[in-house]
Amino acid sequence: MSSSPVAVEAAGLGKRYVISSRARATTIPERIGQLLRAPFGGERGEELWALRDVAFSIPAGSAVGIIGRNGAGKSTLLKILSRITPPTTGEVRLRGRVGSLLEVGTGFHPELTGRENIFLNGAILGMRRREIAARFDAIVAFAEIERFLETPVKRYSSGMYVRLAFAVAAHLEPEILVVDEVLAVGDAEFQRKCLGKMGEVSGAGRTVIFVSHSMQAVSALTQRVLLLDRGTCLFDGKTADGIVRYRALQGGGTAEGGNYAAPAASTRRNQVRAARVITSEPGATHRCGEPLRIEFDLDVGDPTSTLCFSCKLTDAEDRNIVHLWCFDAATRFRREGGRYRLAFEVPRARLFQGQYTLRAFLSDRRTNAMFDELHGICPFEVTMDGVARDDYPWSSGDCTYLESAEWTLTREGEAAGQRGRVAP
Amino acid sequence: MTASPPEQAAPPLLVIRPESSRTLGILGDLWAFRDLLWTLADRDLRLRYRQTVLGVTWVVLQPILGALIFTFVFGVIAGLGDDRGRYFLMSFAGLAGWGLFSGVVTRASGSLVQNSGLISKVWFPRAVIPFSTIPAALVDFAVALVVLVVLMLSSRTAPTAAILLAPLWVAGLVGLAIGLGLIGAALMVSYRDVQHLLPVGLQLLLYASPVGYAALNVPPQYLELYWLNPLAPLLEGLRASLLGTPLPPTNAILYAVAVVLGALFLGATLFRRLERRFADVI
Repeated sequence: MSSSPVAVEAAGLGKRYVISSRARATTIPERIGQLLRAPFGGERGEELWALRDVAFSIPAGSAVGIIGRNGAGKSTLLKILSRITPPTTGEVRLRGRVGSLLEVGTGFHPELTGRENIFLNGAILGMRRREIAARFDAIVAFAEIERFLETPVKRYSSGMYVRLAFAVAAHLEPEILVVDEVLAVGDAEFQRKCLGKMGEVSGAGRTVIFVSHSMQAVSALTQRVLLLDRGTCLFDGKTADGIVRYRALQGGGTAEGGNYAAPAASTRRNQVRAARVITSEPGATHRCGEPLRIEFDLDVGDPTSTLCFSCKLTDAEDRNIVHLWCFDAATRFRREGGRYRLAFEVPRARLFQGQYTLRAFLSDRRTNAMFDELHGICPFEVTMDGVARDDYPWSSGDCTYLESAEWTLTREGEAAGQRGRVAP
Repeated sequence: MTASPPEQAAPPLLVIRPESSRTLGILGDLWAFRDLLWTLADRDLRLRYRQTVLGVTWVVLQPILGALIFTFVFGVIAGLGDDRGRYFLMSFAGLAGWGLFSGVVTRASGSLVQNSGLISKVWFPRAVIPFSTIPAALVDFAVALVVLVVLMLSSRTAPTAAILLAPLWVAGLVGLAIGLGLIGAALMVSYRDVQHLLPVGLQLLLYASPVGYAALNVPPQYLELYWLNPLAPLLEGLRASLLGTPLPPTNAILYAVAVVLGALFLGATLFRRLERRFADVI
């Protein structure tokens, strides 16, 4: 068999909620009243499909990210996969034991000691007592809480608490691990440790399904993402491409052809009305080393004496690579309202190859008011086909920005040497 | 690392579908998650005896104070018993049995709402939660029994051979209680007023049951009505086993067994029907 067996397969998956608060009786007399009024009506109310007709298939041993804006249906999907809530339509086939971690420390009790909580939490997550006992030392070592085993967890620092909770979950060793945005808590070093542990899990032939708003975590951990929006699956494919689509959604306005336009209904006094990235090639593609122009149309209804505009070029892992700004005291939009066009011209943009988006900020320095803040707008791609490097092909992580330089190579004792140039 | 065998057994397949599960599956679920059941029960016990200074004392004091009040109200004021010491023992035994029953009903009914954090965040067979309240109630019952033994020794009362039937009454009381508790728990998820109705219902049931009195005190024309309460044969039976009072009539016992089984089945069925909605509603 060449391809690995399927671990998770979903077909026609849908989940409907009744959202009107009046529709659901919360006391028995209310329910009886409803039944008397409409004996066969059931519970009526406004319906909301949190998920609709979602289908995908995940091979065993892979790590898949689920991304999307708030309310896209990510959590609902995780809840169905982890059996917390049943689907309204469709079905999911799961091959293997499912371990889910939708919240760190579910079932921890503050009055119980660390040791007691390891057993409690492990049991709640579906481990047998024997299994927990066998992994106890590994859990304690991972969480680094040896000295506090007999202390009630209510006396733990929040960092210790998260470490312990994650340690238990990481040692579940289910065939399928379902993880919600749980890494938002904890310090950076521990987040790295957890990401490493999850990578290990998928490396060991287990399947990891991972929801996160951190594109950095998603791209570090997964090769494939599902992008959900309003309950449907908008995209299923390579992580880098999915992130670009996600950024485009997040921008709020329209982002066709790499451009951004503020929603027509916007009533902000000071706002970014439109943004464009003018790349060297058609199709929002930019060749590394060519001039890059970025234009913003600004509406300034309320000029202030410390109005500031800045923008950032952000890569697919959420890192800000370039910062551009216009804070000059003499700028005219600080004195006069109106419509402005602000254009930045980068003579030789030498971004490393990959997917990029813009962030833009229109703010007031003195009051710290943020008039407009845009993320993930104007997606574009940078290629480096013109930048040859014969012996070693480029690989991701080589750098984030290329510089051009002159080099000279001189033999000891000689005056003249060879000269050359690092492109672009 | 050892190489895995070429044809490794495929992991079990789980299919998640909209429809609900069968009633009897509850037994398999409880068995598969017995470790969790014990761990939750263990948590409840530890917390109860760790946090309260009175701890065990309270468990002992509760039935003693209750029995004193019953002795005063029924024995002294209503004049039901001539022998105050004997009467005190009888109400104590009755209260111990009642405490077991009402303890399981109350705790099981409130258990899902109390553990709503677990229900919305992690899956396991939901029935584990109400069932995990049973061990703690049994521990309380055991403590009360120890007190009863001390009281019996000091008043030189010896149990008869009927003591062998004691597990039957205990099982009946717990079975009835968990049957009702499953219903209460499942309803309380959607209808929070159940938590206010429950104490009222239990209060009424307490006076309809032989806790402060016995079948002997019931006027003959009401006896048939009296035995309709399944708690009557169970509590009278328990008392007969412990103190050697007369056993309830066989018909009443058989009837109680049928009601217990019916309550268990009804409770499990309702619970299973509503179970899958818990996380959405709670």
